[in-house]
Amino acid sequence: MLMQLLKRELLRHWRCRQDLINPLIFFVITVSLFPLALEPQGQLLARIGNGIIWVAALLAAMLSLESMYRDDYLDGTLELLLLQSGSPYQVVFAKIISHWLTSGLPLVLMSPLLAVMMQMESESAIALILTLLIGTPVLSLIGSVGMGLTVGLRQGGVLLSLLVLPLYIPILIFGAGAVSRASMGMDYSGQLALMGAFLVGSLSLVPFASVAAIKVSIR
Amino acid sequence: MTWQWFHRLSSPKWFYQISGRWLPWIMGISLLLFSAGLYQGLFNSPIDYQQGHTVRIMYLHVPTAFASMMFYVILAVAAAVGYIWRIKLAHMAAVSAAPVGAAMTFLALSTGALWGKPIWNTWWVWDARLTSELILLFLYLGFIALHQAFEDREVGDRAAGVLAMVGIVNIPIIHFSVEWWNTLHQGATISKFEKPSMDPAMLVALLLMIFAVLLFCTAIMMYRMRNEVLSREHNKSWVKEVVGQ
Repeated sequence: MLMQLLKRELLRHWRCRQDLINPLIFFVITVSLFPLALEPQGQLLARIGNGIIWVAALLAAMLSLESMYRDDYLDGTLELLLLQSGSPYQVVFAKIISHWLTSGLPLVLMSPLLAVMMQMESESAIALILTLLIGTPVLSLIGSVGMGLTVGLRQGGVLLSLLVLPLYIPILIFGAGAVSRASMGMDYSGQLALMGAFLVGSLSLVPFASVAAIKVSIR
Repeated sequence: MTWQWFHRLSSPKWFYQISGRWLPWIMGISLLLFSAGLYQGLFNSPIDYQQGHTVRIMYLHVPTAFASMMFYVILAVAAAVGYIWRIKLAHMAAVSAAPVGAAMTFLALSTGALWGKPIWNTWWVWDARLTSELILLFLYLGFIALHQAFEDREVGDRAAGVLAMVGIVNIPIIHFSVEWWNTLHQGATISKFEKPSMDPAMLVALLLMIFAVLLFCTAIMMYRMRNEVLSREHNKSWVKEVVGQ
């Protein structure tokens, strides 16, 4: 059942590719604005690049949340899925996994390019990829709760950022922190381990909150 | 043992009547404590040997910071009770607690800034405690905004309730990550000032003020709850009797 749902989700995302590409373009544009606003010196960029890329990834992940529930909610598919699939957790889980595959993973794949643009050393670039790889699933998971709560609202977008961004703060702290430690040549396995703990914790707790949220919106 | 008392407790009408009787007392005791605490704090307590008179900001700063955290717990517990047992009064309590808590958070932040300027020579530091208090303000604002976004108040209750429960799970995580972030990044540039063991006169003033602020917040929350009860139950007959008087 989960595989079927996942296949359906991926197919749906594939059929409206533009929704997938836009957050990626946003990610690249946001990052490339900073060298224009600051001085484009290698040292400065390398020092603040980790924070900029992480914040941009956070915002891009938030923008792409819309595609998780909105269309299915509007045409009533979501309601039918929740009614008929037997377990609402499977539906929500399939949506979160496919959201990460279609928006989180591309961000991770994109990040080496941006790391090069920000003149980061290879050590920090590797740390950036690793932290994004562990961190973006958490963003999708937490975001699914916020999206579930705001899916029925007409002006959900701005509200979504107000709800979700404060909850993203721990991931941002450790993600960007690990990269800056790597750039100083220090060990960052502690930060990675904590992010892994966030991932496992949210993987086990978020589906409950997410199902509760979507059930509030559908009635 | 039946659950009758529980249901009676959750009836809006019962709450409206009982709170009407209690409120003057709560408000009165709070005002008495305020006057005693302010007198003790402003005139009857010693000045700090380093900070001088500036230390008296503490008598407002610490109680508001305490209340800001306590009211988020009250909010989340009330929202959880309302969500699980579908008790309307609990949702009303959560909705009424939110603005009070947000106001206290704002007061704690602003008194903290006023205190920081003369002592630390800056309005704002990215210190762990300050940052988590700021994030707490964002969580309050998110709760209020989400609740107001729904036209149907009961859907808004449940949605904001889910958010409050997610928030209360996240608060310790946010708090500790902010704490570690600070120690990882910059060490002790400005240490949270270590309190020398407090003078008993100061402690008395502080305790008086803490109880005064907590009772005052409770009273304000009850006023707000009474308004919520009236506006949500406006077509019940007992409300018409009360308002018609």
